[in-house]
Amino acid sequence: MKNPISNLQKVFESRIRLGIMSALMVNETLDFNALKELLALTDGNLASHLKALEQQEIVEVSKQFVGRKPSTTYKATDSGRNLFRQHLAALEKLINNQ
Amino acid sequence: MRTNSINPREDLQAIREIMERSSKFLSLSGLSGIFAGVCALVGAGVAWFIVLDSGNVCFDEYMYGSDGSAGPALRAYLASVSLLVLGLALLGAFYFSLRKARKTGLQFWTNSSRRILIHLLIPLFAGGLFILILLLQQNFVLVASAMLIFYGLSLVNAGKFTFSELHYLGLTEIGLGILAGFFVHQGLLFWAIGFGLMHIIYGAVMYYRHER
Repeated sequence: MKNPISNLQKVFESRIRLGIMSALMVNETLDFNALKELLALTDGNLASHLKALEQQEIVEVSKQFVGRKPSTTYKATDSGRNLFRQHLAALEKLINNQ
Repeated sequence: MRTNSINPREDLQAIREIMERSSKFLSLSGLSGIFAGVCALVGAGVAWFIVLDSGNVCFDEYMYGSDGSAGPALRAYLASVSLLVLGLALLGAFYFSLRKARKTGLQFWTNSSRRILIHLLIPLFAGGLFILILLLQQNFVLVASAMLIFYGLSLVNAGKFTFSELHYLGLTEIGLGILAGFFVHQGLLFWAIGFGLMHIIYGAVMYYRHER
């Protein structure tokens, strides 16, 4: 049997990245402030985790202006969604094997 | 070891919790409920004291217009009052929710708000059409009951995507609507309790629980 742990994604080991991705799975897009409030994080902390997810092409970023304020919105990419699903399946398998 | 650093059960729980929290419309303000309730009570007051002259105008006789002339005018007055109440209540709901969204820094027009609006509007629209049918069929006694029941169903439907108080308000409205179906001559009273009093009570509960 294939080892279920091989499907766990290293990038989702962090609870914060897991949280960001959970929110982006059920919302088409979310902006920085919505994520910040949802996960109760500081700007810097959230930004660094988002950067990591962006670099691995799990989320994509778009910037626009709302009135005069800049707004940054995030969206899960298709490959990011697939990775997250694999990670979820692996977690479930782990629980069932315990 | 990597396996030690993760706890799959806790991870799954956290994922579920965040998915739920992020997909609900949390900008709904209790103040909009209170405002809608006040509008409805004022509307019911106008209907009772002015249109029906404190009950001196017998509702049923007038409705069916034995003299053939007053009935349609009375129905038109009552219909305008209820439409005015509906319009004001909706405006209030938008205003107070927008205000709450601004205050809490949440986005107002999100997937969750679109979703809740659609789920609210489907039973409400069906109910509106059904009430029009009742009016066209001259079946006036069940109008208050139908309004309460369909509105209750809308709230229960929309309640899945926001605070649970909306769900319970919906159940209350359905119960009142069914009662109003039995006591058809107290339609206006049930209407005032359901759309007036209950909105104020549940609105106040929501306000104290989530906005203070």
